[in-house]
Amino acid sequence: MNQLEQLGALARRAIVNTSRQPASVVPSILFPLIFMSMSAGALNKATELPGFPQVDGFMQFAISATIIQGILFGAIGAGTDMARDIEGGFFDRLIASPVSRASIVIGRLAGAATLGFVQGIVFLLIVMLLGVTVEGGVAAIAMIAVAAAIIAAGVGAVTVSMGLRTGSSEAVQGAFPLIFVFLFFSSAFFPRDLMSGWFKTVASVNPLSHLVEGLRTQVITGVDIGAWLTSIGIGASIFALGLVLALAALNGRLKASH
Amino acid sequence: MKAPALPANSLRVAWAMAERSIKLIPRVPSTFFPSLIMPIFLVVSFGGQFAGLALLPGFPTDQILNWFIPMATLQGAAFAGITTGLGVARDLENGFFDRFLLSPARRGALVAGPLIGGVLRGFLPLILLTFVTIFSAATVSGGLLGWITYYVAALGMALAAGAWAFGLAIRFKTMQVAPLMQTGLFLAVFLSTAQMPLELIGGWLHDVARFNPMTNVLALAREGFLGEVTWADTWPGLVSLAGMAAFLIVFAARGMRKIIP
Repeated sequence: MNQLEQLGALARRAIVNTSRQPASVVPSILFPLIFMSMSAGALNKATELPGFPQVDGFMQFAISATIIQGILFGAIGAGTDMARDIEGGFFDRLIASPVSRASIVIGRLAGAATLGFVQGIVFLLIVMLLGVTVEGGVAAIAMIAVAAAIIAAGVGAVTVSMGLRTGSSEAVQGAFPLIFVFLFFSSAFFPRDLMSGWFKTVASVNPLSHLVEGLRTQVITGVDIGAWLTSIGIGASIFALGLVLALAALNGRLKASH
Repeated sequence: MKAPALPANSLRVAWAMAERSIKLIPRVPSTFFPSLIMPIFLVVSFGGQFAGLALLPGFPTDQILNWFIPMATLQGAAFAGITTGLGVARDLENGFFDRFLLSPARRGALVAGPLIGGVLRGFLPLILLTFVTIFSAATVSGGLLGWITYYVAALGMALAAGAWAFGLAIRFKTMQVAPLMQTGLFLAVFLSTAQMPLELIGGWLHDVARFNPMTNVLALAREGFLGEVTWADTWPGLVSLAGMAAFLIVFAARGMRKIIP
């Protein structure tokens, strides 16, 4: 089996593993949708505020943030599954085999990316059924799904590094609120133009603001390659950073196990 | 053979259990810490993100913290109550609670103890948020009565949430029920006027929030922050709080009646 086949087998395992655990997939779709539905009911009037972008309703504004929220939920699963492999002894069996070390991490991230891609499409289809218009049409849906896959792999890499470093699924779950802090200190759920003071400064320097805004443009304005590339660039940067952290954590664990 | 436990003994048992619940805070701080951090996080993130809402015509205050601090406080106090339920779940999981069940203590006392502990725990986020209120741009224009309604609402929430968590813990007997405890609370709060006043909420959420007792409890906690305290705004909150607490205490007590060590 060459390296590519090993990678494919481990990615397939990660995807099958995820699809066989509806208890871990369903919340990553259901909870963000519930939160968006409640926020749309509560905050719809806010779209009438001067300075609020031109939208059909709060749901059209918030769907991009909901996708990112779902991805964060799902990406925690990648780290948790890696930690479970360590806790259950599967990781030890894997490193005793001649499998490429990098495939262990990259296979897991391919699984996270697939879940992110599916989440992006599912979220958009659901809100379209609820009457939300995606101004960029099919092209925007495809662009958002690709961005979602890259972002999911990026955040997944960060959580996988935590899983490898700690070897504890509980510790990875414990990091969950920390990741969400980034989302709530951004312009994901409200426009920056209506923020003020230090919070606006924090939201402006938070890369997640620009990431969500880039996806939002595709939904509320139409296809905008520049805005999309901004989101892709931020997602790819998170991925690069996460991959370095994950591979370093893998090396550390391999050294410790020798 | 010993005589059945007297009410005075039951009170002592309940108090000892409450005391144990408080002593567990410094011993297992990781379980209590979120109920202190979470309300601060809510105040900062909601107050910062949604500051623009105060510009909406019909919004009852021009200072967004007056709107979100009471909501965050209720969440913090409720989470403090839930941590006692989690403690009971842990005791059930490791078998420690069986020793209580096999003792001659009345079962009512075994329910009351953690609930008293939950209310006492509720004071900690409440005091923390009191300092936040005093040292931030928020104002309690309702004066002493405003502070009293705020404290009553928060401690009542700690009691109701504690009973909810206890009822679930005693039925599921595992820590894995924690997400259900938290989700129930989250839904109860966010399906009300947590983010916006009722008049500005639209669609299905308006109908749900109108009948959700949490709307009245939030109004009770907020009234001193939004103006003068009036009986017309107070009594629906008190009735809703008493109703929620009574219903959930019955839920907890019924679970306790069925449990076999």
